[in-house]
Amino acid sequence: MMAFNIKLLAKNHKEDKFVSGHRLCPGCGAPLVPKLATLVAEALNYDLVVSNATGCLEVSTTIYPYTAWNIPFIHNAFENAAATISGVETAYKALLKRGKIKPEREIKFIAFGGDGGTYDIGLQSLSGAVERGHNFVYILYDNEGYMNTGNQRSGSTPPGSQTTTAPVGKKIPGKLQLKKNIVEIMAAHENIYAATATVGDYMDYMNKLEKAFKFDGPAFIAVLTPCVRFWRIKENATLDIAKLAVETKYWPLYEVERGVYRITRKPRQFKPVKEFIESQGRFRNLLKHPMASEIIQGLQDYVDRKWERLLALEEATKDKPIR
Amino acid sequence: MIAEQKKLAITGAEAAAHAMRQINPDVVAAYPITPQTPIVEKFAQYVADGVVDTEMIPVESEHSAMSAIVGAAAAGARAMTATSANGLALMHEIVYIAASSRLPIVMPVVNRALSGPINIHCDHSDTMAERDSGWVQLFAENSQEVYDLIFIALKLAENENVRLPVMVNQDGFIISHGTEIVEILPDEEIKKFIGEQKMMYSLLDTKNPVTYGPLDLYDYYFEHKRQQVEAMDNVRKVFPEIAKEYEEISGRKYSFVESYKADDAEYVMVALGSTNGTIKYVVDKMRQEGKKVGLLKITMFRPFPKEEIQYYLNGKKGVVVLDRSMSFGAEAPLYAEIKSSLYEVAVRPQLGSYIYGLGGRDITPDMIRKAFDDAIEGNLVVDEQRYLGLRE
Repeated sequence: MMAFNIKLLAKNHKEDKFVSGHRLCPGCGAPLVPKLATLVAEALNYDLVVSNATGCLEVSTTIYPYTAWNIPFIHNAFENAAATISGVETAYKALLKRGKIKPEREIKFIAFGGDGGTYDIGLQSLSGAVERGHNFVYILYDNEGYMNTGNQRSGSTPPGSQTTTAPVGKKIPGKLQLKKNIVEIMAAHENIYAATATVGDYMDYMNKLEKAFKFDGPAFIAVLTPCVRFWRIKENATLDIAKLAVETKYWPLYEVERGVYRITRKPRQFKPVKEFIESQGRFRNLLKHPMASEIIQGLQDYVDRKWERLLALEEATKDKPIR
Repeated sequence: MIAEQKKLAITGAEAAAHAMRQINPDVVAAYPITPQTPIVEKFAQYVADGVVDTEMIPVESEHSAMSAIVGAAAAGARAMTATSANGLALMHEIVYIAASSRLPIVMPVVNRALSGPINIHCDHSDTMAERDSGWVQLFAENSQEVYDLIFIALKLAENENVRLPVMVNQDGFIISHGTEIVEILPDEEIKKFIGEQKMMYSLLDTKNPVTYGPLDLYDYYFEHKRQQVEAMDNVRKVFPEIAKEYEEISGRKYSFVESYKADDAEYVMVALGSTNGTIKYVVDKMRQEGKKVGLLKITMFRPFPKEEIQYYLNGKKGVVVLDRSMSFGAEAPLYAEIKSSLYEVAVRPQLGSYIYGLGGRDITPDMIRKAFDDAIEGNLVVDEQRYLGLRE
């Protein structure tokens, strides 16, 4: 593996593949996700083709007649970024085989999707593409809600987070369900490299990108990506809050390679998940709700159990790939 | 020069699969659905046996089939799929995207009634739900036409002035599962006819990156929709040239519409698909009785061949339009188009709308004769929807 650092990326960098001028919000975590992916691909001497599900990233970067993508890009619809890239990747194989294209560099394929396009409406398309074993990297930028359309609940929204479709009310304390565990769902396909990452830990994300690009088969990286607007945080707090998610066990950093678990960051000590909750305005109404302490304690118990389980899985699956 | 052709006794589905074998597309993505299934099965066997070297994507739904084909076509591949009924309805969203992205995709559609209630047999409700999607829609009368129209469709779709996707419709079971003699052109003739696709705006051309599917708001969307109208207009110019070229190698002639004894007829029936074969039989019988009846078969439904329809139907005494689908609360799709086309002609015929064959209900020569008799007796009512073979 290449030992990545920002200096090395800067040295290898010739041309921006994802350029500024797009209309994502100031402080938004989302643009870091493709930015770093394009830099890592460039450093590894790959060309890229990107598909993108409907969402913040797509609508803000391709307002006709402008585009922020200096690489081939296709947006098809909301729920089919994975199916679309599976068609592009298959065309690549077919045209190479028939000698109709002669690319100078190896082409890698990325599909970007938000949590709506991944956890919810696009899950079938993603599962199908992974099962078929296409060579592509699916990168989820997870901001825990339908933020593009003004903060509606998704399968990724945590309990008690204020959204317009599961608001904290006098009777119901907001969303009651925990987040769907998307990485476990993807890891269960077994032929896959699946990992979590955050925009708050560049090195970890970049190392995982390298593994994902080099993995023979489908890869999936879930990147926790704070949303300034609807997490109700300051523009300069994005990266700190992403880090806090790791420090509170809310979003453990790990990877699963063909069933083998490896935790990539093990903080010496953890902060209570309450600190993560209190850092964001989206939980303000929850904190005022009579059921607040019960819900927060429930979340603390859950993240504790999840961490213990991860440690056990790491131990149990060591050197035992399932495929 | 007309090439020597092999005669095979095959079904419409097999005819479609044969055409796909000879095209040998770069990519095929398909999901099986009755009655399209034998097309996918047959083609999968060609792939498994190495008869073709197509990359096949066994997708998990029709939505993903069309999504993958959009990706493959945008990458510059010759890409095909096939479907029926609910599968087409599931694709619906991406059917529009394929057309507006100007991707030259060819899709055999095996027409089947759209649920609900669920029914696996033939009618045209599936394809009619896509009539405003921006696809070219061709209708085959029999297996031979299925085979021939797929090549014409491919060349039309890939024409630089067109660049639109094309559906080649065949009636579920009636054509798709009925065995007929089909003349198959030699592989090398087809190869020559279809040529190599010119790759345009390929996603794999990393030196010239393009953005497909941008956010297109009120400042440009309208103009882009207008360009689709232009492309459809170009189909009218290009289709006869391609059909002529195909006639030269096959000896079989195709045009927007086919007149069967309609030129000197006083009463003309208009229909889509396999029923035209039955109508021809009835026309022959009635002609023997001295009745001046004829048929205008519609081969191309989109773009709608208004001029040809006006040419053939202007001045007729009566025109009977058969529809195998309905538009609830409005006139049936084909009838509405024919009626609208005749607004501009000098001498408007009497018009009658007849619905038949929904959910695979059989249409018999007697029913067709009954509709002709209505016309001959002056018993056509322009705003009355009638039904053939319905229990009431």
